[in-house]
Amino acid sequence: MINLIQTLIDALALGSLYALAALGIGLLFGILRLINFSYGDLITLGAYALIVPSADAVANMFIGNWPAALMIVAVCLIVVIAALLSDALVFSHIRRAEPSTLMIASFAVSYVIQNGILMVYGARPKSANLWSDLSYQITFGELHIPLLQIVTIAATLVLMAGLTLLLKRTSLGIQMRAAAEDFKMARYLGVRGNMVIGLAFALSGVLAAVAALLLLTQTGSLSQTMGTPLMLFAFIATVVGGMGSLLGAAAGGFAVAFASVFLQAYLPEEFRPFRDSFVFAIVILMLLFRPSGLIPTKALVERV
Amino acid sequence: MITAYAGGVEMITRPSRTAPGVDQPLAASLRAENISVRFGGLAAISEVTLALERGHILGLIGPNGAGKTTLVNCLTGFQAPTHGRVLLADAPTLGWTAEHFRRAGVARTFQAGRLFKALSVVENIEVTGAGLGLSRRRARSLALELLAWLKLDDKAETLAGALAYTDERRVGIARALLLGPAFLLLDEPAAGMSDAESDELSSLVKAIPKTFECGVLLIEHNMRMVMDTCEMIHVLDSGRTIAEGTPAQIQKNKAVIASYLGGEGEKQLEIMEEGH
Repeated sequence: MINLIQTLIDALALGSLYALAALGIGLLFGILRLINFSYGDLITLGAYALIVPSADAVANMFIGNWPAALMIVAVCLIVVIAALLSDALVFSHIRRAEPSTLMIASFAVSYVIQNGILMVYGARPKSANLWSDLSYQITFGELHIPLLQIVTIAATLVLMAGLTLLLKRTSLGIQMRAAAEDFKMARYLGVRGNMVIGLAFALSGVLAAVAALLLLTQTGSLSQTMGTPLMLFAFIATVVGGMGSLLGAAAGGFAVAFASVFLQAYLPEEFRPFRDSFVFAIVILMLLFRPSGLIPTKALVERV
Repeated sequence: MITAYAGGVEMITRPSRTAPGVDQPLAASLRAENISVRFGGLAAISEVTLALERGHILGLIGPNGAGKTTLVNCLTGFQAPTHGRVLLADAPTLGWTAEHFRRAGVARTFQAGRLFKALSVVENIEVTGAGLGLSRRRARSLALELLAWLKLDDKAETLAGALAYTDERRVGIARALLLGPAFLLLDEPAAGMSDAESDELSSLVKAIPKTFECGVLLIEHNMRMVMDTCEMIHVLDSGRTIAEGTPAQIQKNKAVIASYLGGEGEKQLEIMEEGH
């Protein structure tokens, strides 16, 4: 029983991280039909932004030493600026391109960011301790829950609630949802396309920045590809959840994390190294039965 | 019977008409002057001249494929005419996009509805207000007022994707009216409606010119509704104007009767005769 609860909380915490990243990917896909493979690199960039730029083997904290609130704002700002720059320099020039062209352009952006990080910070992974207090474990009887898991789940809930409020309750949010469904029609009715797109990039930047902080706290190490696995799982989560649906992206994040954590816990020992193969097999099976994901969007299906 | 629209036209904030060449206040006429549209070798409309005036309702009828929607597309900037001009307030509109036309006060609805299905009914209308730069509260209260006027207030929170086909059309009209248009072009708003529903829609459409101070172009297949709603009717067949006149004149017009003979035409002629 204790084991099950522990596994459940592990899955929730991992699912939160996947959901954050999946929402960031889903927002851009919803509005631009952009599958942004440079999203993982924005996460990486957010983590590297904490340390002093140098090729030294040891990571010296810079922004990472600032008070938490200031640090979070600063990292968010840096990643948001990077996200907006990627739009201004690359994606804004190919607005009318096919989704496949946009995706390939995002690989190029990814390559540039990764190599930029390599040039500035060097190729060696560095260890960096962020918020080491969060590794403290809270004990309820036999149950041990790391504080970080609670913070991860709470941060995700707050961000998801904030995003929901923004989309449902504000004028900008309604314009964003309209644009996500039928961009041309929204433009015709006066919705400012560039503002909505900019907002989507900025929001996805904020989500990437928070994911970066949580990921770095958890792993304690920096490398120029650290964001890639998270981005890949988040991408799978958006496919599982239903491309274009934000609720689907979040649900997909949790679904993939639950499959992953529970397989890790309950697969026979000798199969565990192949856990991800099992996760992907489940994803393939699910897509055979629900090809448009758990929560398909009507808008996308009907788009000609 | 139409209940009075609470604030009348004053309630609708006029959008800033920033399109080039359009002077305040609202344009008095929207005209197609000798326009033709060709798609490759195929003429969709040929040398059509039509004038829409503020405060009046003009009907546009014709058999399927007569070029009605193409003409509306020209009048709203969705299609550039191959020849001829579209004039708003007697000024040419060469090179205008659909957004130009919309900002200059030409609003339209679409046959397919084109609502945002994942948004609620009231949000669908609010979006237009947001696009005009209104505050959320103002956009919402205007949207709710329009919904009440169109007798859809009980469906305000319904998802647009879950609406009946016939209600979608009225939401489309509300969305266009929130733009505070000088001209409203309705593309087959009564398609699929029962007689009772189209009668109700007809009385709403008849009230639009006075309530919102705009001109209405009504494209319809439903003869009963067109004859009942419009002051003047313009008839297209195979892309050409074959008649223009009052409903009574159109019903007696030989060219019109000939073009409607065969297939559905005969049935509609009967309806016309029964109705009048």
